[in-house]
Amino acid sequence: MTYRPVLISAVFLFLFAVIGSGLVAFTHNSTAERIAENQRRALLKSLNELVPASDYDNDIYSDILYVNNSELLGTDEAVPVYRARKGGWPVAAVLTPIAPDGYNGEIRLLVAIKLDGTLAGVRVLQQRETPGLGDNIEAERSDWILGFNGKSLNDPRQEQWKVKRDGGVFDQFTGATITPRAVVKAVKNTLLYYKQYGHNLFEQHPQPTNKS
Amino acid sequence: MTAYKDIVRDGLWSNNVGLVQVLGLCPLLAVTGTFINGLGLGLATMTTLVTTNVIVSLIRKLVRPEVRIPVFVLVIASVVTVIELSMSAYLYGLYKVLGIFIPLIVTNCSIIGRAEAFASKNSVGRAFLDGFSMGLGFLLVLVTLGSLREIIGQGTLFSQAHLMFGEAARTWTITFVHDYSGFLLAILPPGAFMGLGLLIALKNTIDRRKAKRSVPLAVKEIESHA
Repeated sequence: MTYRPVLISAVFLFLFAVIGSGLVAFTHNSTAERIAENQRRALLKSLNELVPASDYDNDIYSDILYVNNSELLGTDEAVPVYRARKGGWPVAAVLTPIAPDGYNGEIRLLVAIKLDGTLAGVRVLQQRETPGLGDNIEAERSDWILGFNGKSLNDPRQEQWKVKRDGGVFDQFTGATITPRAVVKAVKNTLLYYKQYGHNLFEQHPQPTNKS
Repeated sequence: MTAYKDIVRDGLWSNNVGLVQVLGLCPLLAVTGTFINGLGLGLATMTTLVTTNVIVSLIRKLVRPEVRIPVFVLVIASVVTVIELSMSAYLYGLYKVLGIFIPLIVTNCSIIGRAEAFASKNSVGRAFLDGFSMGLGFLLVLVTLGSLREIIGQGTLFSQAHLMFGEAARTWTITFVHDYSGFLLAILPPGAFMGLGLLIALKNTIDRRKAKRSVPLAVKEIESHA
Protein backbone atom coordinates (compact mmCIF):
# COMPACT_ATOMS: atom_id res chain seq x y z
CA MET A 1 0.00 0.00 0.00
CA THR A 2 1.30 3.40 -0.91
CA TYR A 3 0.79 6.59 1.04
CA ARG A 4 1.05 8.87 -1.95
CA PRO A 5 -2.65 9.21 -2.90
CA VAL A 6 -3.64 9.74 0.72
CA LEU A 7 -1.01 12.43 1.06
CA ILE A 8 -2.12 14.18 -2.12
CA SER A 9 -5.72 14.13 -0.91
CA ALA A 10 -4.72 15.49 2.46
CA VAL A 11 -2.71 18.32 0.92
CA PHE A 12 -5.57 19.12 -1.43
CA LEU A 13 -8.04 19.22 1.43
CA PHE A 14 -5.67 21.43 3.40
CA LEU A 15 -5.34 23.81 0.45
CA PHE A 16 -9.07 24.10 0.20
CA ALA A 17 -9.41 24.77 3.89
CA VAL A 18 -6.87 27.58 3.52
CA ILE A 19 -8.53 29.07 0.44
CA GLY A 20 -11.98 28.83 2.04
CA SER A 21 -10.91 30.42 5.31
CA GLY A 22 -8.96 33.06 3.39
CA LEU A 23 -12.05 33.98 1.41
CA VAL A 24 -14.16 34.23 4.54
CA ALA A 25 -11.49 36.24 6.35
CA PHE A 26 -11.19 38.63 3.40
CA THR A 27 -14.97 39.15 3.23
CA HIS A 28 -15.15 39.62 6.98
CA ASN A 29 -12.39 42.17 6.80
CA SER A 30 -14.02 44.17 4.05
CA THR A 31 -17.54 44.10 5.54
CA ALA A 32 -16.92 44.29 9.31
CA GLU A 33 -16.93 48.08 9.41
CA ARG A 34 -20.11 48.34 7.39
CA ILE A 35 -21.86 45.70 9.51
CA ALA A 36 -20.93 47.47 12.75
CA GLU A 37 -22.17 50.72 11.21
CA ASN A 38 -25.47 49.04 10.25
CA GLN A 39 -25.97 47.77 13.79
CA ARG A 40 -25.13 51.19 15.17
CA ARG A 41 -27.55 52.91 12.83
CA ALA A 42 -30.34 50.42 13.55
CA LEU A 43 -30.00 50.93 17.29
CA LEU A 44 -29.67 54.70 16.94
CA LYS A 45 -32.84 54.73 14.86
CA SER A 46 -34.76 52.97 17.64
CA LEU A 47 -33.19 55.25 20.25
CA ASN A 48 -34.10 58.36 18.27
CA GLU A 49 -37.71 57.24 17.99
CA LEU A 50 -37.85 57.45 21.77
CA VAL A 51 -35.51 60.35 22.45
CA PRO A 52 -35.49 62.74 19.46
CA ALA A 53 -31.99 63.53 18.23
CA SER A 54 -32.64 67.25 18.84
CA ASP A 55 -33.14 66.62 22.55
CA TYR A 56 -29.57 65.54 23.22
CA ASP A 57 -26.11 66.44 21.98
CA ASN A 58 -23.87 63.69 23.35
CA ASP A 59 -22.76 60.53 21.57
CA ILE A 60 -25.58 58.43 23.01
CA TYR A 61 -24.31 55.27 21.37
CA SER A 62 -21.05 55.39 23.31
CA ASP A 63 -22.39 56.87 26.53
CA ILE A 64 -23.22 53.45 27.90
CA LEU A 65 -23.42 52.15 31.43
CA TYR A 66 -23.91 48.47 32.21
CA VAL A 67 -26.22 47.72 35.10
CA ASN A 68 -27.22 44.52 36.80
CA ASN A 69 -30.47 43.86 38.65
CA SER A 70 -32.06 40.46 38.13
CA GLU A 71 -35.17 41.34 40.11
CA LEU A 72 -36.24 44.50 38.30
CA LEU A 73 -34.52 44.21 34.91
CA GLY A 74 -35.44 40.58 34.33
CA THR A 75 -32.02 39.09 33.70
CA ASP A 76 -28.82 38.11 35.46
CA GLU A 77 -26.77 39.66 32.68
CA ALA A 78 -25.61 43.24 32.86
CA VAL A 79 -27.78 45.24 30.45
CA PRO A 80 -26.74 48.47 28.72
CA VAL A 81 -28.20 51.85 29.65
CA TYR A 82 -27.87 54.56 27.01
CA ARG A 83 -27.69 58.05 28.44
CA ALA A 84 -28.89 61.15 26.64
CA ARG A 85 -27.48 64.51 27.76
CA LYS A 86 -27.69 68.05 26.51
CA GLY A 87 -24.95 70.53 27.35
CA GLY A 88 -23.72 68.01 29.90
CA TRP A 89 -27.08 67.87 31.67
CA PRO A 90 -28.95 64.55 31.85
CA VAL A 91 -32.01 64.35 29.59
CA ALA A 92 -33.12 60.74 29.54
CA ALA A 93 -31.93 57.22 30.19
CA VAL A 94 -32.74 54.38 27.81
CA LEU A 95 -32.70 51.05 29.58
CA THR A 96 -32.80 47.63 27.95
CA PRO A 97 -34.66 45.35 30.33
CA ILE A 98 -36.01 41.89 29.56
CA ALA A 99 -39.55 40.71 30.17
CA PRO A 100 -38.71 37.12 31.14
CA ASP A 101 -42.28 35.80 31.16
CA GLY A 102 -43.52 36.31 27.61
CA TYR A 103 -45.73 33.67 26.03
CA ASN A 104 -42.78 32.32 24.11
CA GLY A 105 -39.72 33.22 26.16
CA GLU A 106 -37.93 36.48 26.73
CA ILE A 107 -39.01 39.81 25.27
CA ARG A 108 -36.21 42.35 25.02
CA LEU A 109 -37.36 45.93 25.45
CA LEU A 110 -36.03 49.42 25.01
CA VAL A 111 -37.44 51.68 27.73
CA ALA A 112 -36.69 55.40 27.59
CA ILE A 113 -37.25 57.31 30.82
CA LYS A 114 -36.99 61.10 31.02
CA LEU A 115 -35.11 62.66 33.90
CA ASP A 116 -38.33 63.31 35.84
CA GLY A 117 -39.32 59.63 35.71
CA THR A 118 -41.96 59.81 32.96
CA LEU A 119 -41.69 57.44 30.03
CA ALA A 120 -40.46 58.88 26.76
CA GLY A 121 -41.53 55.61 25.18
CA VAL A 122 -41.08 51.88 24.93
CA ARG A 123 -40.09 49.69 21.96
CA VAL A 124 -39.58 45.98 21.46
CA LEU A 125 -36.05 44.98 20.49
CA GLN A 126 -36.58 41.25 20.19
CA GLN A 127 -39.51 38.90 20.71
CA ARG A 128 -40.78 35.49 19.66
CA GLU A 129 -44.44 35.95 20.53
CA THR A 130 -47.24 34.39 18.50
CA PRO A 131 -47.41 36.10 15.10
CA GLY A 132 -50.68 37.93 14.61
CA LEU A 133 -51.53 37.90 18.32
CA GLY A 134 -48.71 38.59 20.75
CA ASP A 135 -46.55 40.42 18.23
CA ASN A 136 -48.95 43.36 18.32
CA ILE A 137 -46.56 44.73 20.93
CA GLU A 138 -44.34 45.73 17.96
CA ALA A 139 -44.77 49.37 16.98
CA GLU A 140 -44.91 48.29 13.31
CA ARG A 141 -47.92 46.07 13.95
CA SER A 142 -50.10 48.10 16.31
CA ASP A 143 -50.17 51.30 18.36
CA TRP A 144 -50.41 49.46 21.65
CA ILE A 145 -46.81 50.13 22.72
CA LEU A 146 -47.29 53.87 22.18
CA GLY A 147 -49.76 53.78 25.08
CA PHE A 148 -46.79 53.92 27.45
CA ASN A 149 -45.72 57.38 26.25
CA GLY A 150 -45.88 59.92 29.07
CA LYS A 151 -46.84 57.36 31.72
CA SER A 152 -45.02 57.21 35.04
CA LEU A 153 -45.27 55.51 38.41
CA ASN A 154 -47.76 58.22 39.51
CA ASP A 155 -49.84 58.05 36.37
CA PRO A 156 -51.41 55.52 36.58
CA ARG A 157 -50.94 54.71 40.24
CA GLN A 158 -48.62 51.80 40.94
CA GLU A 159 -51.31 49.25 41.70
CA GLN A 160 -52.91 49.99 38.33
CA TRP A 161 -49.80 49.11 36.33
CA LYS A 162 -51.54 45.99 35.03
CA VAL A 163 -53.55 44.93 32.03
CA LYS A 164 -57.29 45.55 32.26
CA ARG A 165 -58.11 41.92 32.90
CA ASP A 166 -56.01 42.08 36.09
CA GLY A 167 -57.71 45.29 37.19
CA GLY A 168 -55.21 47.72 35.68
CA VAL A 169 -55.41 50.37 32.96
CA PHE A 170 -53.51 48.81 30.04
CA ASP A 171 -55.31 47.06 27.19
CA GLN A 172 -54.71 43.40 26.53
CA PHE A 173 -55.16 41.89 23.07
CA THR A 174 -58.07 39.68 22.11
CA GLY A 175 -56.72 36.19 22.57
CA ALA A 176 -53.40 37.30 24.02
CA THR A 177 -53.13 38.50 27.59
CA ILE A 178 -49.84 36.95 28.61
CA THR A 179 -47.66 39.01 26.26
CA PRO A 180 -48.99 42.48 27.21
CA ARG A 181 -49.03 41.44 30.87
CA ALA A 182 -45.33 40.56 30.65
CA VAL A 183 -44.48 43.85 28.93
CA VAL A 184 -46.48 46.00 31.36
CA LYS A 185 -44.79 44.26 34.30
CA ALA A 186 -41.34 44.72 32.81
CA VAL A 187 -41.93 48.43 32.10
CA LYS A 188 -43.25 48.96 35.61
CA ASN A 189 -40.23 47.20 37.08
CA THR A 190 -37.94 49.34 34.97
CA LEU A 191 -39.62 52.47 36.34
CA LEU A 192 -39.18 51.12 39.86
CA TYR A 193 -35.51 50.51 39.08
CA TYR A 194 -35.17 54.07 37.81
CA LYS A 195 -36.87 55.44 40.92
CA GLN A 196 -34.41 53.56 43.11
CA TYR A 197 -31.18 53.94 41.17
CA GLY A 198 -31.93 56.63 38.58
CA HIS A 199 -29.95 59.37 40.31
CA ASN A 200 -26.90 57.17 40.01
CA LEU A 201 -27.24 56.36 36.33
CA PHE A 202 -25.94 59.64 35.00
CA GLU A 203 -23.04 60.10 37.37
CA GLN A 204 -20.90 57.14 36.44
CA HIS A 205 -18.46 57.15 33.56
CA PRO A 206 -19.29 55.28 30.37
CA GLN A 207 -18.01 51.71 30.14
CA PRO A 208 -18.00 50.96 26.46
CA THR A 209 -15.71 47.96 26.74
CA ASN A 210 -17.62 45.94 29.31
CA LYS A 211 -19.71 43.65 27.19
CA SER A 212 -20.24 40.77 29.62
CA MET B 1 -25.59 14.18 -21.30
CA THR B 2 -28.67 16.10 -20.36
CA ALA B 3 -29.77 18.69 -22.88
CA TYR B 4 -29.88 22.31 -21.72
CA LYS B 5 -33.65 22.35 -22.10
CA ASP B 6 -33.98 19.33 -19.82
CA ILE B 7 -31.72 20.89 -17.18
CA VAL B 8 -34.03 23.87 -17.02
CA ARG B 9 -37.19 21.78 -17.03
CA ASP B 10 -35.81 19.52 -14.26
CA GLY B 11 -34.99 22.45 -12.04
CA LEU B 12 -38.19 24.39 -12.54
CA TRP B 13 -40.67 21.55 -12.69
CA SER B 14 -40.05 17.82 -13.02
CA ASN B 15 -37.31 17.58 -10.35
CA ASN B 16 -38.15 20.74 -8.39
CA VAL B 17 -36.21 21.02 -5.11
CA GLY B 18 -39.23 21.99 -3.05
CA LEU B 19 -42.08 20.11 -4.73
CA VAL B 20 -40.44 16.89 -5.94
CA GLN B 21 -37.19 16.37 -4.05
CA VAL B 22 -38.84 17.97 -0.99
CA LEU B 23 -35.40 19.13 0.24
CA GLY B 24 -34.56 22.20 2.30
CA LEU B 25 -37.84 21.98 4.16
CA CYS B 26 -36.59 23.71 7.30
CA PRO B 27 -36.04 27.14 5.72
CA LEU B 28 -38.84 26.55 3.24
CA LEU B 29 -41.43 26.16 5.97
CA ALA B 30 -39.93 28.56 8.49
CA VAL B 31 -39.45 31.78 6.56
CA THR B 32 -42.31 31.72 4.06
CA GLY B 33 -44.62 33.83 6.19
CA THR B 34 -44.47 36.64 3.66
CA PHE B 35 -43.61 37.18 -0.01
CA ILE B 36 -40.53 39.24 0.79
CA ASN B 37 -39.10 36.67 3.22
CA GLY B 38 -39.56 33.95 0.61
CA LEU B 39 -37.91 36.08 -2.06
CA GLY B 40 -34.98 36.95 0.19
CA LEU B 41 -34.19 33.40 1.20
CA GLY B 42 -34.85 32.21 -2.35
CA LEU B 43 -32.32 34.65 -3.81
CA ALA B 44 -29.73 33.77 -1.15
CA THR B 45 -30.18 30.04 -1.80
CA MET B 46 -30.08 30.54 -5.55
CA THR B 47 -26.86 32.55 -5.36
CA THR B 48 -25.34 29.83 -3.20
CA LEU B 49 -26.41 27.06 -5.56
CA VAL B 50 -25.06 28.80 -8.66
CA THR B 51 -21.74 29.67 -7.01
CA THR B 52 -21.11 26.28 -5.42
CA ASN B 53 -22.13 24.43 -8.58
CA VAL B 54 -19.68 26.46 -10.67
CA ILE B 55 -16.82 26.03 -8.18
CA VAL B 56 -17.45 22.30 -7.77
CA SER B 57 -17.56 21.86 -11.53
CA LEU B 58 -14.31 23.83 -11.95
CA ILE B 59 -12.44 21.61 -9.50
CA ARG B 60 -14.16 18.33 -10.43
CA LYS B 61 -11.08 16.92 -12.15
CA LEU B 62 -8.71 17.86 -9.32
CA VAL B 63 -10.68 16.46 -6.40
CA ARG B 64 -9.94 12.83 -5.56
CA PRO B 65 -13.13 10.86 -4.95
CA GLU B 66 -12.28 9.97 -1.33
CA VAL B 67 -12.09 13.61 -0.20
CA ARG B 68 -14.75 15.07 -2.48
CA ILE B 69 -17.49 15.36 0.17
CA PRO B 70 -15.33 17.31 2.69
CA VAL B 71 -14.14 19.56 -0.13
CA PHE B 72 -17.73 20.23 -1.26
CA VAL B 73 -18.72 20.98 2.32
CA LEU B 74 -15.81 23.42 2.63
CA VAL B 75 -16.80 25.16 -0.60
CA ILE B 76 -20.45 25.42 0.44
CA ALA B 77 -19.68 26.63 3.97
CA SER B 78 -17.28 29.31 2.69
CA VAL B 79 -19.69 30.55 0.02
CA VAL B 80 -22.61 30.73 2.45
CA THR B 81 -20.55 32.61 5.03
CA VAL B 82 -19.46 35.11 2.39
CA ILE B 83 -23.10 35.59 1.34
CA GLU B 84 -24.17 35.95 4.97
CA LEU B 85 -21.56 38.63 5.65
CA SER B 86 -22.41 40.48 2.47
CA MET B 87 -26.13 40.47 3.27
CA SER B 88 -25.42 41.71 6.75
CA ALA B 89 -23.41 44.55 5.20
CA TYR B 90 -25.65 45.52 2.31
CA LEU B 91 -29.17 44.23 3.12
CA TYR B 92 -29.17 44.60 6.88
CA GLY B 93 -32.95 44.82 7.34
CA LEU B 94 -33.60 41.63 5.43
CA TYR B 95 -30.68 39.94 7.13
CA LYS B 96 -32.27 40.63 10.49
CA VAL B 97 -35.60 39.21 9.36
CA LEU B 98 -34.14 36.02 7.87
CA GLY B 99 -31.67 35.73 10.76
CA ILE B 100 -30.50 32.22 11.45
CA PHE B 101 -31.83 30.87 8.14
CA ILE B 102 -29.05 32.44 6.11
CA PRO B 103 -26.23 30.44 7.76
CA LEU B 104 -28.57 27.45 7.74
CA ILE B 105 -28.45 27.43 3.93
CA VAL B 106 -25.31 25.35 4.50
CA THR B 107 -27.52 22.54 5.74
CA ASN B 108 -29.88 22.69 2.78
CA CYS B 109 -29.37 19.19 1.37
CA SER B 110 -30.24 20.30 -2.13
CA ILE B 111 -26.96 22.22 -2.37
CA ILE B 112 -24.58 19.37 -1.60
CA GLY B 113 -27.01 17.16 -3.49
CA ARG B 114 -26.55 19.17 -6.71
CA ALA B 115 -22.79 19.35 -6.14
CA GLU B 116 -22.51 15.60 -5.82
CA ALA B 117 -25.16 14.50 -8.31
CA PHE B 118 -24.66 17.05 -11.05
CA ALA B 119 -21.89 19.65 -10.79
CA SER B 120 -19.11 17.14 -10.05
CA LYS B 121 -19.91 15.30 -13.29
CA ASN B 122 -20.69 18.14 -15.69
CA SER B 123 -19.07 21.06 -17.47
CA VAL B 124 -19.08 24.53 -15.91
CA GLY B 125 -21.77 25.82 -18.26
CA ARG B 126 -24.12 22.97 -17.48
CA ALA B 127 -23.40 23.18 -13.74
CA PHE B 128 -24.17 26.90 -13.83
CA LEU B 129 -27.46 26.32 -15.64
CA ASP B 130 -28.36 23.51 -13.25
CA GLY B 131 -27.65 25.67 -10.19
CA PHE B 132 -29.62 28.52 -11.70
CA SER B 133 -32.64 26.37 -12.61
CA MET B 134 -32.72 24.43 -9.36
CA GLY B 135 -32.31 27.68 -7.41
CA LEU B 136 -35.01 29.41 -9.42
CA GLY B 137 -37.34 26.43 -8.94
CA PHE B 138 -36.80 26.61 -5.18
CA LEU B 139 -37.23 30.39 -5.21
CA LEU B 140 -40.54 30.12 -7.06
CA VAL B 141 -41.87 27.65 -4.49
CA LEU B 142 -40.73 29.90 -1.63
CA VAL B 143 -42.34 32.95 -3.21
CA THR B 144 -45.60 31.16 -4.03
CA LEU B 145 -45.90 29.71 -0.55
CA GLY B 146 -44.93 33.06 0.98
CA SER B 147 -47.56 34.94 -1.05
CA LEU B 148 -50.28 32.41 -0.22
CA ARG B 149 -49.55 32.51 3.49
CA GLU B 150 -49.27 36.28 3.53
CA ILE B 151 -52.55 36.82 1.68
CA ILE B 152 -54.49 34.31 3.77
CA GLY B 153 -52.74 35.04 7.06
CA GLN B 154 -52.45 38.83 7.01
CA GLY B 155 -54.58 39.91 4.08
CA THR B 156 -51.63 41.71 2.46
CA LEU B 157 -48.99 41.17 -0.20
CA PHE B 158 -45.47 42.63 -0.52
CA SER B 159 -45.49 43.88 3.08
CA GLN B 160 -42.07 44.95 4.37
CA ALA B 161 -40.76 45.28 0.83
CA HIS B 162 -38.59 48.16 2.08
CA LEU B 163 -36.31 45.61 3.74
CA MET B 164 -35.12 44.61 0.28
CA PHE B 165 -35.86 47.49 -2.03
CA GLY B 166 -35.28 50.50 0.20
CA GLU B 167 -37.57 53.11 1.71
CA ALA B 168 -39.43 53.83 -1.54
CA ALA B 169 -40.88 50.31 -1.40
CA ARG B 170 -42.84 50.97 1.78
CA THR B 171 -45.82 51.89 -0.35
CA TRP B 172 -45.80 48.64 -2.32
CA THR B 173 -47.86 46.77 0.24
CA ILE B 174 -51.18 45.67 -1.23
CA THR B 175 -53.91 45.33 1.36
CA PHE B 176 -56.68 43.05 0.20
CA VAL B 177 -59.02 43.31 3.16
CA HIS B 178 -58.98 46.32 5.45
CA ASP B 179 -59.25 45.62 9.18
CA TYR B 180 -58.53 41.97 8.45
CA SER B 181 -58.16 40.22 11.79
CA GLY B 182 -55.76 37.70 10.26
CA PHE B 183 -55.91 33.95 9.94
CA LEU B 184 -53.35 32.71 12.41
CA LEU B 185 -53.15 29.15 11.11
CA ALA B 186 -51.68 30.30 7.81
CA ILE B 187 -48.86 32.19 9.53
CA LEU B 188 -47.95 29.44 12.00
CA PRO B 189 -45.89 26.37 11.01
CA PRO B 190 -48.92 24.09 10.47
CA GLY B 191 -50.09 26.50 7.79
CA ALA B 192 -46.72 26.15 6.08
CA PHE B 193 -47.03 22.37 5.99
CA MET B 194 -50.58 22.55 4.66
CA GLY B 195 -49.63 25.13 2.07
CA LEU B 196 -46.70 23.04 0.83
CA GLY B 197 -48.94 19.95 0.80
CA LEU B 198 -51.47 21.79 -1.36
CA LEU B 199 -48.75 23.02 -3.75
CA ILE B 200 -47.37 19.47 -4.15
CA ALA B 201 -50.91 18.15 -4.71
CA LEU B 202 -51.52 20.86 -7.31
CA LYS B 203 -48.32 19.96 -9.15
CA ASN B 204 -49.21 16.27 -9.14
CA THR B 205 -52.70 17.03 -10.46
CA ILE B 206 -51.29 19.10 -13.30
CA ASP B 207 -48.80 16.34 -14.13
CA ARG B 208 -51.54 13.71 -14.18
CA ARG B 209 -53.79 15.83 -16.42
CA LYS B 210 -50.89 16.32 -18.79
CA ALA B 211 -50.10 12.60 -18.80
CA LYS B 212 -53.75 11.78 -19.55
CA ARG B 213 -53.86 14.23 -22.38
CA SER B 214 -50.65 12.94 -23.91
CA VAL B 215 -51.66 9.23 -23.78
CA PRO B 216 -54.30 9.42 -26.50
CA LEU B 217 -51.81 11.36 -28.56
CA ALA B 218 -49.19 8.65 -28.18
CA VAL B 219 -51.73 6.01 -29.07
CA LYS B 220 -52.66 7.95 -32.19
CA GLU B 221 -49.02 8.18 -33.12
CA ILE B 222 -48.60 4.41 -32.81
CA GLU B 223 -51.73 3.90 -34.84
CA SER B 224 -50.54 6.21 -37.56
CA HIS B 225 -47.24 4.38 -37.71
CA ALA B 226 -48.92 1.03 -37.93
